[in-house]
Amino acid sequence: MTKEYFREYFTALLPTASFDESGEWLNVQIQPEQWRSFALELRQSELNFNYLFCLTCIDWKTHLTMVYHLSSTVHRQTVVIKANLNRDSPEIETVSDLWRTAEFHEREVYDLFGVKFLNHPDLRRLILEDDFSGYPLRKDFEDPINMIKL
Amino acid sequence: MYTETQIVHNNTKTTVDGALDGTGEMVINVGPQHPATHGVLHLVITLNGETIKKLEPHLGYIHRSIEKMCESLSYRQFIYVTSRMDYLSSHINNHACALTVEKGLQLEIPPRAQVIRVLMDELTRIASHELWWGAMAMDLGAFTPFFYAFRERETITDIMEETCGARLTMNYMVPGGVMYDIHPNFQRRVKDFITLFKSKIDEYNDLVTGNIIFQNRMKGVGKLSAEDAISFGCTGPVARGSGVKSDIRKLFPYEVYDKVEFDEILETEGDSFARYMVRIREMHQSVRIIEQLIDNIPEGDFQAKTKAVLKLPKGEFYTRVETARGELGVYIVSEGGTTPYRIKFRSPGFSNLSALEHMVVGSKLGDLMATMGTLDLVIPDIDR
Amino acid sequence: MFSLEGLTNSLQQWLNAHFSSTWVLVIESLLVILLAITLFAILGLVLVLMERKVAAHMQIRLGPNRVGPMGMFQTTADTLKLIMKEGLTPDGADKFLFNLAPFVVMIVAMLLLAPIPFAQNFQIWDINIGVLFVSAVSSISVIGILMAGWASNNKYSLLGAMRSGAQIVSYELSAGLSIITIVVLTGSLQLSDIVSSQQNGWWIFKGHIPAFIAFVIFIIAVTAETNRAPFDMAEAESELTAGFHTEYSGMKFALFFLAEYINIFIVCAIGATLFLGGWMPLHIGNLEGFNHIMDYIPSSVWFFGKVFFLIFLIMWFRWTFPRLRIDQLLNLEWKYLLPISMLNLLLVTIMAIMGWHF
Repeated sequence: MTKEYFREYFTALLPTASFDESGEWLNVQIQPEQWRSFALELRQSELNFNYLFCLTCIDWKTHLTMVYHLSSTVHRQTVVIKANLNRDSPEIETVSDLWRTAEFHEREVYDLFGVKFLNHPDLRRLILEDDFSGYPLRKDFEDPINMIKL
Repeated sequence: MYTETQIVHNNTKTTVDGALDGTGEMVINVGPQHPATHGVLHLVITLNGETIKKLEPHLGYIHRSIEKMCESLSYRQFIYVTSRMDYLSSHINNHACALTVEKGLQLEIPPRAQVIRVLMDELTRIASHELWWGAMAMDLGAFTPFFYAFRERETITDIMEETCGARLTMNYMVPGGVMYDIHPNFQRRVKDFITLFKSKIDEYNDLVTGNIIFQNRMKGVGKLSAEDAISFGCTGPVARGSGVKSDIRKLFPYEVYDKVEFDEILETEGDSFARYMVRIREMHQSVRIIEQLIDNIPEGDFQAKTKAVLKLPKGEFYTRVETARGELGVYIVSEGGTTPYRIKFRSPGFSNLSALEHMVVGSKLGDLMATMGTLDLVIPDIDR
Repeated sequence: MFSLEGLTNSLQQWLNAHFSSTWVLVIESLLVILLAITLFAILGLVLVLMERKVAAHMQIRLGPNRVGPMGMFQTTADTLKLIMKEGLTPDGADKFLFNLAPFVVMIVAMLLLAPIPFAQNFQIWDINIGVLFVSAVSSISVIGILMAGWASNNKYSLLGAMRSGAQIVSYELSAGLSIITIVVLTGSLQLSDIVSSQQNGWWIFKGHIPAFIAFVIFIIAVTAETNRAPFDMAEAESELTAGFHTEYSGMKFALFFLAEYINIFIVCAIGATLFLGGWMPLHIGNLEGFNHIMDYIPSSVWFFGKVFFLIFLIMWFRWTFPRLRIDQLLNLEWKYLLPISMLNLLLVTIMAIMGWHF
């Protein structure tokens, strides 16, 4: 299985997806509402992406981007899935039932970026207190007491 | 933070002391100050008698938001902060960061620096596994192994001190190579250490591995199937104890790992004893790697020529390295400036911890310590 | 030859010559109380220091070496510190039981000193049911531990106390059965009789393999009964932080701590008395010359030598073995030790009836 193979496979699956092959791995840009069905396909079809090794979010000031790094212990190929979210009410479907590691990673992203994962079994703050306000890893987060501006 | 009654989910009635009404169950807090959590991990455990019904980790007691701090540090500076994540394998953390920056700069590393880096990584791995071995035996109630392990670990920290000037947070790897050349004593002392270590590791097996109480405590405890290990994103000895090939040094070799001979250790049982054996056998493999390289450090520069101010091109860079605990990923998103726009550390301990509940529910409280011990959790690595 | 017997006899004569018999009894009781408390304190200090030194040398370090010569006053200094500390009682605790518990544990330990023969004819109370007294009183200490665990109103304490209860009650059986093997061989419950029956050889040698099995089971069982590693379930510091005495501080904690060491001393003294001849010197059958030389060593030296050897053995266990899990601990007792000791008792009984022992 090669980059080209995945590219064709994904194009057939999601005609609206855009691709970026400049980096080390194939980047796939999708719409957040496509994510759940796409994830199911990645996990359960013959593609067999069974190993989600990185799940994170990037704040681009205008929007948030969810980044999923997926690999497989069978064919060892990696794809990167990205989905742009609305910054005011970021919402995306959870994948914690497909890759169980996502449960913790999604809680972390919820905690630090405020992305709401729909149907997550236990979406609470993981690191900060329950009554903490704000999302520290967003670019506009201000903490005049603990943060030193360089 | 939380009072005991708050953490129990809303629809369950609790009494003041945390016992759940009518179920015969009670909630106890293991941590944040507890001898077995090796740091400030907080586990909220629902117990029925001695049996664990539910386990919930609460993180954040040592969260320094290193990812946020890195956003305002330059590509030379941010490496020093990462020594404080997984402080037991700080060399390897630095290594991962240096590799990512080098990937962005498309920098070629002098062969001497590559070999020194691998040597340091493997020494760190041995030191980390030593500490784990002592601490894990202490979790099971045996105190003496801790001192045995520290005897040898001390030798490694001395070697590190001589070359890097620090014993715990070395900050030795920089983009382009290593910070200084190795100390003239380095090779001799490492060889001495290898000879010493080979004779001592049998002592470890005599003292702990062969002990019948120890084996009874470890075998069949904290089972993790290969499928679950992958799904939970477990890496390192935890995954290899379940028979999942996950050694980044083998799968995606970096530096000179493709030129040295060593085996990836796999055990298939998936219990605590398998994870224990993986680490013990890994120490032998690290010795093997060091033996192959220690006499073959090529002459030449120890650092490539780099600009004073590093600027990464616009793009995304991801590096995976194998730390003592598993796969460490460094994900840098660059906007072309002197500081990272966003940096994410995919820490091995975080994913390994997420599998803990799955592994211990239904077993005894004592098994929790046996399982947690073999996960080799370093809390600052989980909290970052 | 130095002997403690001469000392007590001359004291008794002097008292009898100067006081009426009632006053003699009162004065002797006071002396015994004073001696018992002194012994209690000194033993505590010595044993804690010994434990720390043994541990240190097992762990390739030196142990306490700053306070006094070779750190000998370290434990004294520690005790002084503990006396100075505030004895906190938690708000939620049952204050009466919480404060009572350490004393219950300590009083039990002190009571057990009564029937132990420290040297030839040097015994506080040569009660004719000595063995029964020891096993009966020693099981009271579990009440103190349960009290401490329950009254602390702390979940770790409660778990520790429950574990301890299950454990001590179980291991009492094996300890009792292995004590009975010696009673069967001797035909007496009186400790002085048991010692004198070992005139021509200690029971561990005379009783063949069954006596040895009983000795091994006894050592395992008493290690568990005194809550020592590898059976330190009640404390299990990596699981329960400090088990039943989590909430105790200052002198109340020190009392638990001292009682633990006194208990070790007592069970080792019982073990030495039953299996290793107590104060009886090492005698081999009819080797008159050898036996005579051995008699020159004072009986108190023999007694303390044997006891401290057994204590060392128990400390050695602690610093070598990992801890068992609670279910494994109970399995060991109910599935292995108890059946073995029952069978062993049967063997010993047959042996005693047939007169097969020496």
